[in-house]
Amino acid sequence: MSLNLLLFYLLAFTAVGSALLIVSMKNLVRSLFLFFVTLFAVAGLYVFALADFVAVTQVIVYVGGVLVLMLFAFMLSNKVLLSDLQSGVKGVFGMPSWQAGIIAISFFTMLLSVVWQVAINEPQWITEAKQQQLLIRYQDNTIHHLGINLMTRYVLPFEVVSVFLMMALMGAAHLARKENQEP
Amino acid sequence: MISLTHFLLVSALLFSTGLYAVLAKKNAILVLVGIELMINAAVLNLVAFGRYDGGLYGGQTFALFAIVLAAAAVAVALAIILNVYKHYKSINPDDINDLKD
Repeated sequence: MSLNLLLFYLLAFTAVGSALLIVSMKNLVRSLFLFFVTLFAVAGLYVFALADFVAVTQVIVYVGGVLVLMLFAFMLSNKVLLSDLQSGVKGVFGMPSWQAGIIAISFFTMLLSVVWQVAINEPQWITEAKQQQLLIRYQDNTIHHLGINLMTRYVLPFEVVSVFLMMALMGAAHLARKENQEP
Repeated sequence: MISLTHFLLVSALLFSTGLYAVLAKKNAILVLVGIELMINAAVLNLVAFGRYDGGLYGGQTFALFAIVLAAAAVAVALAIILNVYKHYKSINPDDINDLKD
């Protein structure tokens, strides 16, 4: 149990530490490659929540798709995209980073108070699930149950998501193509 | 079994890091990375709570949907960023301050 928790906190430290490095680095390429580390560590955390299929999907979709797309996008484009631009404050909503830091830290304390409330008085449905042993256990075959649930209980959101994904990818291809419609 | 509190703590940290990136970064691609960090924190919460939903696997299923939607969002957002760069010659979110007239 304690080894379990130790591994969990190792992964959590990797994820949070690399996320903090991403936001503090000046070099965009380094922070994008550090984003790989964060995504892998978060995938490891999903495994600790007994969601192994979600972890594998995270690795395939994010690391295989999203990050390669990001790397492509700025390697195919101009040099200005690569620099972390530092310019002055403009307008009402332009804020220097210390104001953003204050907002982020206060939001974190708010989330922390919510976590504290969940830790003190557990939600009733979680207590009931624990009493009736209706949890996902280590020996459960999650992929089996996920497949059956995707095709029966959650088939409507599944179809909606698939149509939405097709529309989004067509829209992205339409937006990104070169415009040369000289009549 | 690792209790819920640990997961919530880690995802709160990840979420506020992403929020800082969205608010403070001057490069639209890094703002996008911040949004992805926030989505990952939310998915971590979905997965952690989904362990207790009585074998319905709602949390994990919707975590899968959220990951797919995030991938679609990244594709569209990168295309928009490239177009914005073509138009404004800058991807600093502070510079993009007028609408099409």
